[in-house]
Amino acid sequence: MCRTCVAIAGADYCVIAADTRMSTGYSILTRDYSKIIQLADKSVMASSGFQADVRALQKVLAARHLIYQHQHNKQMSCPAMAQLLSNTLYYKRFFPYYAFNVLGGLDSEGKGCVFTYDAVGSYERVGYSAQGSGSTLITPFLDNQLKSPSPLLLPAKDAVTPLSESEAIDLVKTCFASATERDIYTGDKLEILVLNASGIRREYMELRKD
Amino acid sequence: MFRNQYDTDVTTWSPAGRLFQVEYAMEAVKQGSAAIGLRSKTHVVLACVNKASSELSSHQKKIFKVDDHIGVAIAGLTADGRVLSRYMRNECINYSYTYESPLPVGRLVVQLADKAQVCTQRSWKRPYGVGLLIGGLDESGAHLYYNCPSGNYFEYQAFAIGSRSQAAKTYLERKFETFVDSSRENLIKDALFALRETLQGEKLTSSNCTIAVLGIGEAFSTLDQETVQRLINEFEVVGEDPPAEASAAPDQSDGAEPGPAAAAAAAAADDDDQETPAADQGAAPMDI
Repeated sequence: MCRTCVAIAGADYCVIAADTRMSTGYSILTRDYSKIIQLADKSVMASSGFQADVRALQKVLAARHLIYQHQHNKQMSCPAMAQLLSNTLYYKRFFPYYAFNVLGGLDSEGKGCVFTYDAVGSYERVGYSAQGSGSTLITPFLDNQLKSPSPLLLPAKDAVTPLSESEAIDLVKTCFASATERDIYTGDKLEILVLNASGIRREYMELRKD
Repeated sequence: MFRNQYDTDVTTWSPAGRLFQVEYAMEAVKQGSAAIGLRSKTHVVLACVNKASSELSSHQKKIFKVDDHIGVAIAGLTADGRVLSRYMRNECINYSYTYESPLPVGRLVVQLADKAQVCTQRSWKRPYGVGLLIGGLDESGAHLYYNCPSGNYFEYQAFAIGSRSQAAKTYLERKFETFVDSSRENLIKDALFALRETLQGEKLTSSNCTIAVLGIGEAFSTLDQETVQRLINEFEVVGEDPPAEASAAPDQSDGAEPGPAAAAAAAAADDDDQETPAADQGAAPMDI
């Protein structure tokens, strides 16, 4: 399983991050491949897994979004995109897209939202999520740090994290720095996208290259 | 054109070698409200008259975005136009999905023409009753095409279709040589002037027209009402005459026949119109 993706939803922002390493077996194919795509104004998807399927999935969603815009004269909302992604994945239930996705964005009220998926489209809106090879290392750490939106206290106390945007970004950087240490498939560079009311912003951070 | 025994089927030729059903379909285009297209080297402007079927209703949409680099204005059966726009949008999406690059306008126009031709050679179909003015960009710059119900297509520097389009065409014929190097703003102003010709006396306001622009570095977009009204006010404040009158003098045709030509131009326009700014005496009305 390739790569790691993380997303955290806040009261008025959403942070989506993924590393940029592409590997196969014990080899690195490239250190600089983006797995994050902006599907709509307020929807960003990060995917781990088999990159050819990820790319095909991105193209299908982009085309469907264009059709939506032609028909409805507006952009798709994040929850609508979430349902579309789920349907698209389930459509290939018997020959799945080998892609493990995390969709992040802002809902119609401007609150951050994160949707997490499995390969065949089962999805849920959550306050934070990690997918990919480093997810087993990152998820317990996020459960610990973001106590209130954690589903471990059932039901989750808050829908989104009360952290500020910069705190969330720092948390994400810490997650990846740690995951890079132990996971061979994670490293090289971290790409972070931040969505908020003023638009979208990209940030990069170097990670260990070994 | 009168009813005759060869006009029942689209698959019946007349002895003179005409397909009357196809020609009748082109008449349907002339019934629709006017649509105008002009292009420069870098931009294409599409403009149309908003006609509402009654005072109670809203007007129909006649300008459609097909892709960032292609837009279409229609005249005739709007339902047919809507369906063809959907076809064009799908073609553009599928092409860019497969080839990761925008569909060249010329290709789209040919596909559309072939689609129209099919309807002229099947006894169980009828020709599309809509004329399409397609503006688009490709590697060689800006283009404007006209697609007929007959399955023919032509490239134009500027063209007008629909009812009272002859008045607009007369204006465009006078000015078209200036369009190639025209700026975006002047191109839009010329479109508004041409559109005004088709209104023949009715006041041009932002509520009875729609303007759309696309160009190199500028994705297709429809201008909003305030911008259009501002542009209309700008040229109406200046006066009746169009700006940048480089070719105010009568054009190339013989000055020796202003009388009959003027009479022909007046007859070609549907109503007697006092507001036409200095209708060129020598201008010959264009034939399709």
